[in-house]
Amino acid sequence: MNREQRNLAYNKYVSAKIPKTKAWPSLFNSFWVGGLICCIGQGINDLILLFFPSISEQSAWAYTLVVLIFLASFLTGLGVYDKIGKFAGGGSIVPITGFSNSISSPAVEFKNEGIIYGMCVKMFTIAGPVIVAGIVSSVIVGFIYWIFLI
Amino acid sequence: MMKNNETIYLKNRPKIIGSYSIVGPKEGKGNFGEYFDYVMKDDCFNEETYEKAERKMIETAIVGAIDKSRINPKDINMLIAGDLLNQIISSSYAARVFDFPYLGVYGACSTMAESMAVGAVMVDGQYFKNVVCCTASHFSTAERQYRFPLELGNQRPPAAQWTVTGAGSCVLSLSGEGPEISMVTFGKVIDYDIKDVNNMGAAMAPAAMDTMLNHFKNTKTSPDDYDLIVTGDLGKLGSEILIDLMEDKGIKLGINYGDCGQMYFTRSQNMMCGGSGCGCSATVFNSFIMKKLNEKKYKKVLFMPTGALLSTTATQQGDSIPGVCHAIVIESVKS
Repeated sequence: MNREQRNLAYNKYVSAKIPKTKAWPSLFNSFWVGGLICCIGQGINDLILLFFPSISEQSAWAYTLVVLIFLASFLTGLGVYDKIGKFAGGGSIVPITGFSNSISSPAVEFKNEGIIYGMCVKMFTIAGPVIVAGIVSSVIVGFIYWIFLI
Repeated sequence: MMKNNETIYLKNRPKIIGSYSIVGPKEGKGNFGEYFDYVMKDDCFNEETYEKAERKMIETAIVGAIDKSRINPKDINMLIAGDLLNQIISSSYAARVFDFPYLGVYGACSTMAESMAVGAVMVDGQYFKNVVCCTASHFSTAERQYRFPLELGNQRPPAAQWTVTGAGSCVLSLSGEGPEISMVTFGKVIDYDIKDVNNMGAAMAPAAMDTMLNHFKNTKTSPDDYDLIVTGDLGKLGSEILIDLMEDKGIKLGINYGDCGQMYFTRSQNMMCGGSGCGCSATVFNSFIMKKLNEKKYKKVLFMPTGALLSTTATQQGDSIPGVCHAIVIESVKS
């Protein structure tokens, strides 16, 4: 048996042996934690509109996001959010709180390497791709919009 | 000194005259908890950063081992140490505190065996009288270097292992009393094209198999000749793979085979596939195994930590994970 065949056979053997993530329990946890975070967001939104009736609905959304981002960063700093994430998986990554966590966690981690080269540079190591994808897709959408205007 | 391909027979049989282990709080609650010399109250060890804590752990382990060997620190001729961080900073920075010549070694998680093998050969050749070997790893520093920030809320796959926070150190010498190192088998770098960084056990198992086969062939021994055959941090999955691989080659690993990583944590600690990192084999060897050797419960131990020689740069460029494994035979002194 030559080297390539040996490696292929071994990889096949390992992938058959490797323990799999249990899909249904983790999907269930993601679903209800993700849903709960969304409900909290809606609750905050409703409260803002209740206490400040003069605010327009759109600014209330913005304030809701600010509050959620703050809460997630705060919980990250306290060391709670990674425990939620360990339990909920995608349920706590997909909402905006996960995005907040992905920026604040490297900031906490690399703080001791200096403000500029440590914290500011490393802050976007995980969130970077998301931001790039957001900018690229908005450029593409803008381009399509521009074509239809012509 | 006789040489037989990869295996060296140490004629003068260097003795391990002192050993010391220090671990983090989580490791202290594991299966070997009562055997460790010192369990830290928190991961930071009263330092500002985890890197500095790892450095302090190495310093503590070296001082502890010299202390327990009851020799004057002035009589130490050489320090051989290594860890997982880039440019092995923890060991090198810890070494500046001491007044010994220093050799930094890197064999990933196999570093304990590598440093002991090099040290044993030096002592056996009577070039150096007393050599200190030390290895450490820290969960938080390794996690930052190899994976994600600690506070990031992500899930670990079931094949993942937990880097052990701990340091182990031992003193090798020709005089004094202690278990003797009789043989050393140096391992080759083996790569079976595993690319999953969360499955180090599978990447390292072929290296363990290769070294084990060479060792048994060169020394004309079989698994039954040893009271304990222990690999470093293959973990639950990796050690099962190793048993399968060895069975394919016609050698059956029985009840006397174990893996430090697999045995490290209790089931309730829920550590997926077990412990990893160079602190894993180092702390188990310098606490539990050394104690049993000194008590003569074990007469002949085959200690073979495995290392996955990966770097984040190489894996991100699509390279596979090579593994290496060195084997050391330690025998308790006949009385």
